[in-house]
Amino acid sequence: MALLETRGLTKTFGSVTAASNINVAVDEREVIGIIGANGAGKTTFVNMVTGYLKPSQGSIWYRGQDITRHAPREITRMGICRSFQVPQVFMSSSLFDNLLLGLGVAEQERPSFWRPLRQPHLVEAAELIVARYDMSQYRDQQVALLPQGVRKLLDIAMAMAHRPRIVLLDEPTSGVSVSEKFGIMDVVMGALRDTGVTVLFIEHDMEIISRYGSRVIAFAEGTILADGPPQQVLADEQVRRYVIGEELHRASGAAGGELGQPGGAHA
Amino acid sequence: MAIDRFGVQLGLAFVVLAAAGFLLPAWAVFLLTLSLAKGLVVLGLLILWRTGLVPFGQALYFGAGAYAVGLLVLLTGLRDIVVLTLAAILIPMLLAWLVGLLLCRYRDIFFAMLSMAFSMILYGILVKTEALGSTDGFNVAPPTFLGFAPSGETMRVSIYLWVALLSLAAAYGVHRYLSSALGQLASAIRDNEIRVEYLGVSVQRVILIKAIIAAGLAGAGGAVTAFAVGHIDPDAMTYWTVSGEFVFITILSGTGSIFAPFVGSLLFELIRSFAIQYAPHFWQMVLGVSLLLIILFLPNGLWSVFTRLRKRG
Repeated sequence: MALLETRGLTKTFGSVTAASNINVAVDEREVIGIIGANGAGKTTFVNMVTGYLKPSQGSIWYRGQDITRHAPREITRMGICRSFQVPQVFMSSSLFDNLLLGLGVAEQERPSFWRPLRQPHLVEAAELIVARYDMSQYRDQQVALLPQGVRKLLDIAMAMAHRPRIVLLDEPTSGVSVSEKFGIMDVVMGALRDTGVTVLFIEHDMEIISRYGSRVIAFAEGTILADGPPQQVLADEQVRRYVIGEELHRASGAAGGELGQPGGAHA
Repeated sequence: MAIDRFGVQLGLAFVVLAAAGFLLPAWAVFLLTLSLAKGLVVLGLLILWRTGLVPFGQALYFGAGAYAVGLLVLLTGLRDIVVLTLAAILIPMLLAWLVGLLLCRYRDIFFAMLSMAFSMILYGILVKTEALGSTDGFNVAPPTFLGFAPSGETMRVSIYLWVALLSLAAAYGVHRYLSSALGQLASAIRDNEIRVEYLGVSVQRVILIKAIIAAGLAGAGGAVTAFAVGHIDPDAMTYWTVSGEFVFITILSGTGSIFAPFVGSLLFELIRSFAIQYAPHFWQMVLGVSLLLIILFLPNGLWSVFTRLRKRG
């Protein structure tokens, strides 16, 4: 039995079909890169799996249980957590207080209204996360003042507060400079690997996909174009034409990469 | 159990308040009683305010608490101050739970206006109910204290000491609550409801709990006011200007400390009393100018003066 399975997942917005008949089975400890051009249905897929959007058709199964109509908080409590393309963190608090709150509410089924949040074991756990995600120098800074890359790390660390079985990362390196991308991915993937969590991450950079993913799913126009090991998917003719080609075209404009080669943006 | 700094502050506050009850003249004790009663209501507003919600209808629960006391005295003959106060806390909490099921779906101006609409419904019902004295209201018989029925000055001081005790208990409870995970979710909800939901927490449920706690505090404030004044009527208890007064005091006080609502309420009552005394035709203008000055020079409320002084020190 797959850890997570989607069956015939479809999402329409009026006359627009954002996702059509998506069938995916995810096993324990897989690290799956999700690629596709803008509007291909990647985020719609993540949003449906995490309960942000309800599918128009189809179903989502997690450890043999139908979670299609569950609310995001229920899905989170069951063990599927996520980060966002635009980090969803608490801007007016410090980085450390964000983590402390995340750990505090994750610890109990219903948050306590009497026990102080600042428990020694939670403080210790938050300190470990700060160190593991390489955020020590920003520990006490207000999140609104942090660089985007650190907010991204915090968003992912917050998603991991529940010690999920599956974590979905929506473009963990978007908005981050090219020079910082690999550093951030090394930190994130290192931290996630330690926990044994299954990872699905949306990414536009093919070098990152081939370096960190054990499997790649390519989306195009709301459907799955290819699904398999990175070398196989990235060499697929249709993927090169509809996904990578477009990416490279965009990347070549920005970084002068060579068209037609996967990962040209960083070649 | 180790006594923390906050515990020491509360202990000191009780000593000062108790001493004031015995040393100050009758008018000042009465003014302090009303200030603490309003402080209780504003303490509830502080909880919601930190969540980014401005309730413009807290008089609903203030009035419900006062009328719960009045009706219980009138219909059952109950006089015990502990039982009556408890009822005045629980009934508004129940009301807040019912109203909150709808109200907690709304934010910003919609939350403010809808809460005011509910308070005006109660006002409308009370004004039209002749059995409850309509706009005139009715008198509330003095309470008893564990069977003891003081009179005159002793009664005034007894009610004052009761509200002082309630205020300190409420301050301690709210302090504990705000330090807890549920309490800390206030600013988290104000900042980002999506992340709160993706931490596995129901935002609506958290707001509902906050609204219920705030209603209990408002009910306690209403009960004490009913005891102290000995009379209740819709205009003084549930009209929208009463809710406005609570919002006014919250802006005046700031939400930086548990003690701010009580200090702000006292200042408000002092300004109002002296304004009515010395400028009977312009007292509203005096209050308006005071608020304007606070907004201009202390946008985070009166309490921010203490915060600034502490930072400099």
